[in-house]
Amino acid sequence: MKSNYIIKLLEKNERLDGRKLDEFREITIEKNPIERAEGSARVKMGKTDIIVGVKLELGTPYPDTPDAGVLRTGAEFNPMAHPEFETGPPGEDATEVARVIDRGIRESETIKVEELCIEEGEKVWMVYVDAYPINHDGNLIDAGSLASLVALNSTRMPKLEEDDKINREELKGSLPINHQPITVTVGKVNGKFLVDPTFEEEKVLETKLSIAVTEEDTVVSMQKSGNGPLSDDDVDKMIDVAVKKSKEIRKLISNGKKTTKSKAKANKSGKSKDGS
Amino acid sequence: MMKTDEKLIIKGKRIDGRKPEDVRKMKMEVGVIPNAEGSALVSFGKTTALASVYGPRPLHPRHLQESDTGLLRYKYDMATFSVDERKRPGPSRREIEISKVSREALEPALFLKKFPRTVVDVFVEILQADGSTRVTAINAASLALADAGVPMRDLVVGLSGGMLDGKIVIDLMGKEDNYCDADIPIAYLPSKKEITLLQMDGRLTPEETKKIVRDVLHASKKVYEKQVEALKKKYSE
Amino acid sequence: MEDDNNDEGKVREITIPGELIGSEKTFKGGYGTYTENGKVFSKFVGILRKKNDYVSVIPLSGVYIPQINDDVIGIVIDVQKFGWTVDINSPWEGFLSLSEGVDEYVDLKKVRMTKYFDLGDIIYTQVLSSRGSDVQLSMESPISRKLRGGTIVKITPNKVPRLIGKKGSMVNMIKDKTGTNIRIGQNGLVWVSGDDISKAVKAIKMVEEKSHVYGLTEEVAEFLG
Repeated sequence: MKSNYIIKLLEKNERLDGRKLDEFREITIEKNPIERAEGSARVKMGKTDIIVGVKLELGTPYPDTPDAGVLRTGAEFNPMAHPEFETGPPGEDATEVARVIDRGIRESETIKVEELCIEEGEKVWMVYVDAYPINHDGNLIDAGSLASLVALNSTRMPKLEEDDKINREELKGSLPINHQPITVTVGKVNGKFLVDPTFEEEKVLETKLSIAVTEEDTVVSMQKSGNGPLSDDDVDKMIDVAVKKSKEIRKLISNGKKTTKSKAKANKSGKSKDGS
Repeated sequence: MMKTDEKLIIKGKRIDGRKPEDVRKMKMEVGVIPNAEGSALVSFGKTTALASVYGPRPLHPRHLQESDTGLLRYKYDMATFSVDERKRPGPSRREIEISKVSREALEPALFLKKFPRTVVDVFVEILQADGSTRVTAINAASLALADAGVPMRDLVVGLSGGMLDGKIVIDLMGKEDNYCDADIPIAYLPSKKEITLLQMDGRLTPEETKKIVRDVLHASKKVYEKQVEALKKKYSE
Repeated sequence: MEDDNNDEGKVREITIPGELIGSEKTFKGGYGTYTENGKVFSKFVGILRKKNDYVSVIPLSGVYIPQINDDVIGIVIDVQKFGWTVDINSPWEGFLSLSEGVDEYVDLKKVRMTKYFDLGDIIYTQVLSSRGSDVQLSMESPISRKLRGGTIVKITPNKVPRLIGKKGSMVNMIKDKTGTNIRIGQNGLVWVSGDDISKAVKAIKMVEEKSHVYGLTEEVAEFLG
C-alpha cells in the first residue's frame, strides 16, 4: 500500500518514521516480567512487542551429546499480535523466526550446556525458550533474539530434589551463560541497506540477512530470508553493519541491572540449601 | 481435589494474608496492543491475562458466515511459561473447553445482529497462571471488547469462589485451587444481574453451593468498579 | 462531531456499556443506546449527549460503519466479472459495480476489467448504499477517483472529524505547510501525496494521538513551522 513511497524515500536515505537507515527504533527491555517462569523478558522495538519465557525441565540428552543439556526454542505468530495472523500451528514464517533465534543461541554456545548434565546419557536439563509476539510491527527476529538473551541471562535454576522432583520454590543460582550474541537483521531494497524494518518496510524488502554476533565480534549464525539476490559486496556491508549495531544493542543489556527480586530469590535459595 | 495437611487458613487469614472474602490486588490496563481494535491487560495477584480484539471484520471462508448476525470467536491460550511445568504449545482439551464456555459467557453481552457475515475475534493469552485464569481472562476480554467499540449490553465480570478449610473464600489462587473442597468460576453481567458462566468442581452441600454463588456475585462489584475505572482512565484523557 | 472543539475545557460525561442513562418515560434513546424493561442504557464507552428528552451516546472507539454518501478510501482486493471487491476498512467489503465504476459503455468482449481498476489500486469512492452486509460503492461523485502514487495512513475512524477540523481547518493547514495533497476517507484511511509527505504523515499521527489535547491546532502549527 505504502510500498512505492517507502522505496522513493529510501532513495533519499530517508524513512517514513524519520529514522536513519542504520538506526533502530527505541528499544525498551523489561527483565523478568513473568515471575513464574524460570526466566523471562519483554522487549519492545518501537511498536513491536514480544515476551519470551524460559522453562527448565528434565529430559534425556541427544545420543551424540550425552553429557550436554538441550535447548529448545519455539515461536508462534500469535493471532493476538497482528490482524493478518491466523490461529493454528506455526507456519513457515513463524518456524523460521524460531529457528533463527535458536541458532543464534546454540551456535554462540550462549548456554554452558555441559553444566546442565545431571547423569551422562540419561538425565539433563532441557532449556525451553518460547517467544510470544504481542504486537507485530516488524523485525520479530531481532526483538525475539534480544528478548531470548535477556530471558536466559535472568534465568534461575530450580532445585532438583532427590526423587527428581523439580522444586521451583527454591532456586539454585543462575543458568550458566557463556556468551551474549545479538542478532541484527539488515534488509536490502533497491541497493539500499536498512536495519530494524517495520512491518510495512519488511513488505518491500527484496531480501534480508539476519546475522548473530557475539561480544567477541564472532559471527555465529546467518539467515538470508526473501528471494532477492545478494552480491559478495552486499554481504560484506551487511556484516559490517551487524557488527556495529550489535555492540550498541549489547550496551543496552549490560547497562541494565537484574531486578532486586531475582537477587532476593537467589539468596533465599542459597540459605535453604544450607539448611537441607 | 488433592489433600494437604497444611492449613490454608490460619486465624482467619489465607496464605497470602487475605481475609476469606478478599479479592487479590487487581491491575487493569486498557489499550496495550496497538495493532488490535481493542486490548487489555488484567491481573489478579500473579495471574495475568492479555486480551486483544479484532473486528467486527469480514469472516472467511464464506460458508462460516451467518446472514443474520455477526459471530464471536474466543481463543483462550496459556503461554508455555505461564505454569510451573512447561505447557506444550497448541490447544489442549482444557483450553478448548474454556474457550467455548467463555465465548458463551460473552455472547449475551454483545449486540452482533447488526454485523451480519462478520466475526469478532477475541484472543486471550494467559501470561502467568496462579489460579482463576479463566475468569481473569474474561475480565480482560470484557475490557478489550469495550475498548474495541463493539456494541455491548453490559460489561462482563469474572470472579471465582470456593470452599477452603470449611470457609467460603473468594478469588482462589493456585495453591488454594489445588487443595480446596470446591471451586466455582462465575461470569456475570452486573447491571443485568445475569450469570453467563458457571462451573463447579468439588464437593459441597446444596446450601453451601448457593451461598458461594451469592458471595461471588456480591464480591464481583469490586471487579466491576475496577473495570469501569480502567476504561474511564483511558478515555477521559 | 465536527464541533468537538467546543468540548475542550469541559468535563465530558463518559458512559460505560450497560450503564443506566435513565427511564424511558423521561428519555428517548437514540444512537449508541438501547432500551430494556423501560430503561435506557449505553452500548458504548462514549460521550453522553442530551438534547431535551433525547439521549444518545457517541462511541469513542470502534470500526468504521459505512453510511450512505460517505467518501471513503478503498483498496481493490478482487476483480470480478462485473465489478470490483474493495477493502474499505470496515466489517464488510464494498462492491463497486461496473456501471457505478465506469462512466462509459464497456464491451467486456473487447476490454478487460483491469483496464479500469486492478488489484491493489487505491480509490477515493463513495458509499452508494449500505444494507446489512451489502455495501455498494460508486465513482459517480465528482471528487471520486483513482489515487495514484502517494501513501496511505490509517487512523482511528472516530478521529476523522478532528483531522478535518472546523470547516477543514486542520487538514488545510497540514496541506498548506507541507505542500501535500490529502484525501481523508471517513473510514479512517488517509491518502497523502506531494512534497513533504513524511512531515504531513507525522502531523496526521500527531492529531490522532493527541486529539484530546487542548490547543492541538497550535501545537500542530508549531510542529509544521
